[in-house]
Amino acid sequence: MGALAEWLAGTQASLAIQDMLWIVPTVQTVHILAMSVVMSSMFMIGLRILNLAGGYHTMTEAARRFLPWMWWALAVNLITGLVLIIGEPWRTLNNPTFWLKMALLAVAVAAAAGFERTLRRDAGFWERRPGDRKTVRVLVATNFLLWCCVIVAGRWIAYTDVPPP
Amino acid sequence: MDITAILQSLEAMTVASWVRESDWAFPMIESVHVIALVLVFGTIAIVDLRLLGMPTTSVAFTAIARDCLLWTWAAFGLAVITGALMFVANATSYYDNFPFRMKMLCLVLAGINMAVFELVTFRGVSRWDKDHPVPIAGKIAGTLSLTFWIATITFGRWIGFTKVPF
Repeated sequence: MGALAEWLAGTQASLAIQDMLWIVPTVQTVHILAMSVVMSSMFMIGLRILNLAGGYHTMTEAARRFLPWMWWALAVNLITGLVLIIGEPWRTLNNPTFWLKMALLAVAVAAAAGFERTLRRDAGFWERRPGDRKTVRVLVATNFLLWCCVIVAGRWIAYTDVPPP
Repeated sequence: MDITAILQSLEAMTVASWVRESDWAFPMIESVHVIALVLVFGTIAIVDLRLLGMPTTSVAFTAIARDCLLWTWAAFGLAVITGALMFVANATSYYDNFPFRMKMLCLVLAGINMAVFELVTFRGVSRWDKDHPVPIAGKIAGTLSLTFWIATITFGRWIGFTKVPF
């Protein structure tokens, strides 16, 4: 990864981002705002599953309300994240915390896709069988904690980077 | 007691030196601050967007506000606690920091906007709660709220680029 970071740091795109000092803070701000949409969309869906909010709409309606926001915001995070990697390759690619964040993110995204799939196959899946409520509660809580871990790992990237040799 | 003395006495607190000197305290508190602020912004944005009629006026404003604002306040409380812990650790330099001052200004403006909305516009909510266009005062409140919170987050991130560590 060191070699990749070294090559990337020398590209025109990277040098341009490094030159314009306002780009990284601005893109980081957009990254946080989009993260906010992702996190809160998942949070509201979680509350609906737990019957703590959104009693006015069905599970399918709740998903239709929030999942598109989540996917579009994730796309914004992907683009802004790529800009940050190109602008600061050493801080990210050569940093174990960055890869931990990517691993956690992969699990969280797979969970979101899995959730959407179960709902499309069987709209009543998350509302049926009161005996399963405990499992459902654990799943919602785990998912929330998983996104929290993505954010924590993201913030720790700033504190664990290995400077170029 | 002048402001410098107050700031210095904050920095002298045991908890302040712990945040300052521990290797993991500041990053960990900062991480929790981020979790809190994303929930503050995301949940209040849902209410603000409803004031702008999005996604629909067919769901009552009061139902959405009831679902969201409890969590907004809880997350805001967590953001204040974690923010205060970071502040006391380096009170003097935050106090002098331009983006920090702008961030505090934006928070005050967001608070005033919310208070005006609650005390004036929200009084007549029964007339526009559901299936009616939100009055212009409500639309303005929603737009201002989104603006002030985005500005708060922007200045907050900017602090990190004017102070070490970021």
